[in-house]
Amino acid sequence: MKRAFPILAVLATLFVAYGFYLGLFVAPTERTMGDVQRIFYFHAPSGWTAFWLFFANLIASVVYLIWRNAKADALAVASAEVGVVFCTVVLVTGPLWARPVWGIWWTWDLRLTSTLVLWLIYVSYLVLRRFSDSAQTPVLAAVLAIFGALDVPLVYFSIWFFRTQHPQPVIGNGGSLDPSMRPAFWTNVAAFSCYGALLCWARYRVELMHREVEEGHALASLLDENSPDVEARPAHRGGPR
Amino acid sequence: MTNLATAPTGAPIVVVNGLIKQFGRFAALRGVDAEFDAGKFHVILGDNGAGKTTLLRALAGLAHPTRGTISILEKNPHDACREVGYMAHPSLLYDEMSGMENLRYFARLYDVSGDSRCEQVIRAVGLNPELARPVGQYSQGMRQRMSLARAILHDPKILLLDEPFSNVDVHSAREMVGLLQGMRDEGKTIFVVTHQAALLEGVADEFVWMQAGQIVDRTFELAPDPSQAGTR
Amino acid sequence: MSSLRSITLATLTKDIRLEWRSRDAINSMLFFSLLVVVIFSFSFDPVAEESRHIVGGLVWIAFLFAAVVALNQTWARETRNQVLDAYRVSPAPANGLFLAKVLGNFIFVSLLEALMTPLFIIFYNLRALGPAWQLIPIAIFGTWALVVNGTFFAAMSLRMRSREIMLPLLLFPISIPALMGMVQATTAVLTGEESARFWIVLLLTYDVVFTTACLALFEAILHAE
Repeated sequence: MKRAFPILAVLATLFVAYGFYLGLFVAPTERTMGDVQRIFYFHAPSGWTAFWLFFANLIASVVYLIWRNAKADALAVASAEVGVVFCTVVLVTGPLWARPVWGIWWTWDLRLTSTLVLWLIYVSYLVLRRFSDSAQTPVLAAVLAIFGALDVPLVYFSIWFFRTQHPQPVIGNGGSLDPSMRPAFWTNVAAFSCYGALLCWARYRVELMHREVEEGHALASLLDENSPDVEARPAHRGGPR
Repeated sequence: MTNLATAPTGAPIVVVNGLIKQFGRFAALRGVDAEFDAGKFHVILGDNGAGKTTLLRALAGLAHPTRGTISILEKNPHDACREVGYMAHPSLLYDEMSGMENLRYFARLYDVSGDSRCEQVIRAVGLNPELARPVGQYSQGMRQRMSLARAILHDPKILLLDEPFSNVDVHSAREMVGLLQGMRDEGKTIFVVTHQAALLEGVADEFVWMQAGQIVDRTFELAPDPSQAGTR
Repeated sequence: MSSLRSITLATLTKDIRLEWRSRDAINSMLFFSLLVVVIFSFSFDPVAEESRHIVGGLVWIAFLFAAVVALNQTWARETRNQVLDAYRVSPAPANGLFLAKVLGNFIFVSLLEALMTPLFIIFYNLRALGPAWQLIPIAIFGTWALVVNGTFFAAMSLRMRSREIMLPLLLFPISIPALMGMVQATTAVLTGEESARFWIVLLLTYDVVFTTACLALFEAILHAE
């Protein structure tokens, strides 16, 4: 798989570049918003990608909690980190789009607010991983990921209801997508997802390598030359002679 | 005292296989293989950092093995917890409650009913059950004794005691040793980690020497010069 | 099950007895709550008609601050002398300990809320225009939501650096839907402009979901080294 990586990286980059081209040049200009609307082709796909990655984090966390599989934990770390990056892209592109078009930086609309809360939950997940000294950090982190996942539907519902009670401008295309814009949109969704998956895989590989190094150090400490020779230890398990 | 250890008392009560415990890069236990017979008094000795406390904590179920297995009464340490009493250097007691109140509470955790058992155990360690003073105001010797009382409250088959005599006056220490000897004679299996092995000479059934995370020797007697322990 | 109930009860009564003995902790918490109310009142000028719309948020934020201070010392007594190790080696079900701590915190935080509420009513000249009885389930479900997750995360942060800041850091994001529920429901009742029903149901759902999650996962947390 190692040789595949550079090839896949090039392919993913080309894919994203193609999506970029479609979004910026090929897709028709939006009637009311003008060219600023093109940011939508990066805003929404980033959101989708973050969502898949956080879902992967949930699966990996559950797998870890049940089977204590170290690779699942490495995947959890990778998907959380890359997910937060894409989530940040959503949160930055949202205001960048909103300001010129609607004159406001932020609106507490359903999608943007849900994304913000998701971002907060996963940043707290990353903080927990960094601040925990315990050997059981993966267990704690997996538990937090499950709590986060349970929270997401509740977040969505509460904001949805709030918005129906107190309507505000919605940042976004406001619903259905014109057919002429669909190729650019779906291409970018696919491209960003591939790119995100690749980044996640790369981070996963780095995490595995890092753990291998740690295990090497631990093994070296286990067979430290300062200790009595392992082979020559008297093998009387049963008791004193 | 070699005659004490001749007759085996049946299947070993504690079996440790290839126990490795690592804290990050530091290996506290590097492959401990041992079987311990029931009804014996085992004293674990070694320098600081030899892994004695880690071994005891692993037996108590407080430290999860990185690799290897531990079997106590043919169960894993978690499932055997009713038969195990643990005492460590921190008292594991609430400073704000009296001795009797502490034991009454811990008795509930172990399903031990009635005050009589708590009183009996407090008297057995040489303290007064009526003493209303909170444990936080006890002397170190009294606190260690009360901590031992908590460990034996549920009449466990196995006792794991980590430095029970540290900072304890000689008189209290000798009384505790007498108590433990009596309990061994009743058939309990006792593990003591200590730096004051001399207190247990003549009482212990074996001395387990640890160094750098491994058991390096097991002897009937306290060797006159500990550095010769590896040369038997 | 009887074992769970008996251990929860034994632990709860022990905690209440100990809190009562060292009353200075309670007293300083009560005074802190009073200070919070006064500071908020200075910061947000309470003009009666407008204040109804924002007081819901103010009150719950004030409760949240008080709750975090209370939650941070949930496990303080168990950390001294490593008493938690005594629990870990005992056969007692971990959930007995957890439920006792949650109930203890619930009682304690409710006490603080009971102190702060009359002060808010006085400073903001509050009067509920909607059905005031609904404030009781709102208070119960809302407080439980904060306390159940707060106790759980307090146990998680025992093994972390910067323990005191980790608790709110973990608790706040997860609590956002519950906070919305509490604030919107309270505002709905005070202003009488909307029904609080949806929010009360949301709070109840939140409580059920997370109480179940905490009970399912507390043992894993307790035994983590």
